[in-house]
Amino acid sequence: MYSPRMESALTIENLQKAFGGVAAVKEVSFAIERGEIFGLLGPNGAGKSTTINMIAGVARIDAGQIRAFGYDVQRDYRMTRQMLGVVHQEIVIDNFFTIDQALKLHAGYYGVKDDPAWRNLLIDRLGLRPHLGKVMLKLSGGLKRRFMIAKALIHRPRLLILDEPTAGVDVELRHGLWEFVREINREGTTILLTTHYLEEAEEMCDRIAIMNHGELIAMEETHELVRRLSNRQLRFWLEVPLKEMPVGLEGYRPKLKEDGRELELNLPAGESAGVLLNRVCELGLKIRDIETDQSGLEEVFIQLTGMKGNNHGR
Amino acid sequence: MAGESQRQYHPWLPFVTLLRKEILRFWRVSSQTLLTPIITASLYLFVFGATLGERLSVLEGFSYAQFVIPGLILMGVINNSFANCSSSLFMSRYLGGIVDLLVTPVSPPQFIMAYTLAAMLRGTLVGTVVCGISTLFASMPWEAPLLAILMALLASFLFAQFGLIAAIFAHNFDTLSMYSNFLILPLIYLGGVFYPISILPETWERLSYLNPLFYLIDGFRHAILGVGDTSYLMAFGVSGAMALGLFGWAAWLIGKGYRLRT
Repeated sequence: MYSPRMESALTIENLQKAFGGVAAVKEVSFAIERGEIFGLLGPNGAGKSTTINMIAGVARIDAGQIRAFGYDVQRDYRMTRQMLGVVHQEIVIDNFFTIDQALKLHAGYYGVKDDPAWRNLLIDRLGLRPHLGKVMLKLSGGLKRRFMIAKALIHRPRLLILDEPTAGVDVELRHGLWEFVREINREGTTILLTTHYLEEAEEMCDRIAIMNHGELIAMEETHELVRRLSNRQLRFWLEVPLKEMPVGLEGYRPKLKEDGRELELNLPAGESAGVLLNRVCELGLKIRDIETDQSGLEEVFIQLTGMKGNNHGR
Repeated sequence: MAGESQRQYHPWLPFVTLLRKEILRFWRVSSQTLLTPIITASLYLFVFGATLGERLSVLEGFSYAQFVIPGLILMGVINNSFANCSSSLFMSRYLGGIVDLLVTPVSPPQFIMAYTLAAMLRGTLVGTVVCGISTLFASMPWEAPLLAILMALLASFLFAQFGLIAAIFAHNFDTLSMYSNFLILPLIYLGGVFYPISILPETWERLSYLNPLFYLIDGFRHAILGVGDTSYLMAFGVSGAMALGLFGWAAWLIGKGYRLRT
């Protein structure tokens, strides 16, 4: 028998969205399990924010279905929106009110009575206490970001959506925010995040999905994705310098450096380092030292999306 | 902390909170939202009541001050109901704050009613104060006070809906101000605030019947003075139909999320 209680935190099926005839999200499907930290990554214009906006109700769904904890986000929107907290990419504030007043109002919008203990906990954990009486206009960018996180959590959502929450935030504050996100995740809140900083996504997320041109091009556990798709390099320092490249290593894209004393080989995805090591020994090369190097999510991201440089992750 | 433990949901709380927020919003800037329109209306009252009021008469049996006061009260109600809804919703759209509401369980009917009631409160507050000040210039017969109140509420409701619609369609502050400067203001001035349409040449009198604001102003004045250019049935019938039509339109736009959701 169907029971929403058994469903994933978020289920997206064949989601589609177009703006002026241009497809922004094309047949995207994925699910986020309860208690997960799930990263949705992709270059600018990949369709991440559009997907998030459709989950949150800011954008209309052209086709497909989104269910939050088993409830349809369109049909059962009053139920699902109580369960979702959204930190938007753009800073959204109401300049008429102070932090404290705005947090009380936001609890009410979600249909829950103000809980001073919870509100004060958020205020303290996000370092907002000294600024409670200030109107929004007077807050710095970092404070506005922290306020937006408090606002998204004021009704104790079961799924917190963070769309670039650390954009333009300094390193110290970023670390503080991620620590707080981990903490609420440990308490049971499922997290869906997009971030510009791929090293943070690699560190934070249990699973990662990568979107490009409105399509989902990869989705698996973070360490598995990195392991499967990243390049591993082995560098051999040799006792006897090589004058020319030995035959039989062509598949490893070999490079000779340091007058033939350093041999650099690339290990194809899925192949064990032991196989390569045996191969090198079979060729009679005398090894003095070995160094391995594994590329991370950033390289995987660039490889999958064809992006170069720093214009990624949004 | 957060997570699976959810707090009890109160279905009416989103509406009550949004209404409270909208009232706080205009109250915070009351010098602009309440005091300014009251001073403007008081100046009209002074000009038409204390100076010209005793020397002019356009309706037999009544001073000009008595004739013009109902129109000035209703003008305050109409302008402020429209301004409250239109500026609040447009600012939310323009500055992006509307997103904060779109992600909450506030339903379209709750959204409309919260904005409407806050606008009606501001409109009727201004109207009530103008009415109080008008007693310094003339005493009014108040022939049918309940009908007068009903017409003021109807006018307030109607222009709150129009304010919502204008805020949805406006592209910028210029287009928003065009609604009040080039539509509402001329319709009010030509709708019989300052003169009875029966004194106009026949063609202009007929054209005045096409002005929807005429029925609101005339119905309100009729209820206060006991004399009007049209019957109560006509005044309330046309005004009620307009209010329903605009409410339906606003509800459809907001229900669809037209220009609110992408």
